[in-house]
Amino acid sequence: MLDLLLLLFLVVCAIAAVSLKDLLSVTIILGAYSLIMALVWTRLNAVDVAFTEASVGAGMTTLLAIAALTRTKRMEEGGTMGKKASAARRAFIFAAVILTAVMLIYGTMDMPDFEDPLAPMQTHVAPRYTAKSYEEAGVPNFVTAVLANYRGYDTLGETTVIFTSGISVILLLRRRKK
Amino acid sequence: MKDQIIIRTVSRILIPFIQLFALYVIAHGDLSPGGGFQGGVIIGSSIILYVIVFGIEEGRRRMPEKINDVLNSTGVLIYAGVGVLCLVSGGAYLQYSKLPLGSEHTASHLGIYGIEIGVAITVSAVMMTIFFETAGKNDD
Repeated sequence: MLDLLLLLFLVVCAIAAVSLKDLLSVTIILGAYSLIMALVWTRLNAVDVAFTEASVGAGMTTLLAIAALTRTKRMEEGGTMGKKASAARRAFIFAAVILTAVMLIYGTMDMPDFEDPLAPMQTHVAPRYTAKSYEEAGVPNFVTAVLANYRGYDTLGETTVIFTSGISVILLLRRRKK
Repeated sequence: MKDQIIIRTVSRILIPFIQLFALYVIAHGDLSPGGGFQGGVIIGSSIILYVIVFGIEEGRRRMPEKINDVLNSTGVLIYAGVGVLCLVSGGAYLQYSKLPLGSEHTASHLGIYGIEIGVAITVSAVMMTIFFETAGKNDD
């Protein structure tokens, strides 16, 4: 029941974000969307992901989008998808969206049931992590153990990616005082 | 927003608590949800809140450009440095249990702490950098 309510909120937020012309409102609505997604992750017991979604999706992305808005106009002006689009083009886009949605829903048919203990993801490396991560990595939270120890190279790579993005922003946007 | 006394007072009171919570998230990444990335993002957003309320010049006075630039790379350096320390102590790259810090269990735990702090420093500094450089000069 709660899941359906959250899904309903998500759909309402998504439709509002697409249809509104005020970009500041759209930014705030997308922040609310991320917060609801964080609730969904909590419902799925993925608390670390929920934490990241709440701090990055709802907090930081909203702030950075607002910062970007200070450099542009607040109201969206009629783009290529405005009233100018012809009927044939609209029909084509509608068909493409419906087709993609049908294929995605068809794809979920093959997925294992939710919380199925015999699903491939539960039987591959997860038993090792849940059983042995405390003695092998030394930390009780095995999400941290996987991120920092078993997948240490990946996390190093992620940190480097963030560092690279910071450098790129400095190189592209910093105004030299001369 | 510099003239709004309610916003100024509330953020002045709240920012220390936000940063304390961020340090808690980083320090307890091994026990509870969270870790370097989330904590770093929270530190970054606390500084960004300060900049939104008090303006870019005041924010740059608190977090000078040079220090921010150095912090950007310090985190990655700490992370990679822990890896090199593991190599020097005779293990593989990022094999924390070989660090000379007591038992293998403790060494592994402390190694994970080290890299979490590195991740937190880089993430918070980069978030601040992106905001400082993206926000327009004459924002409200």
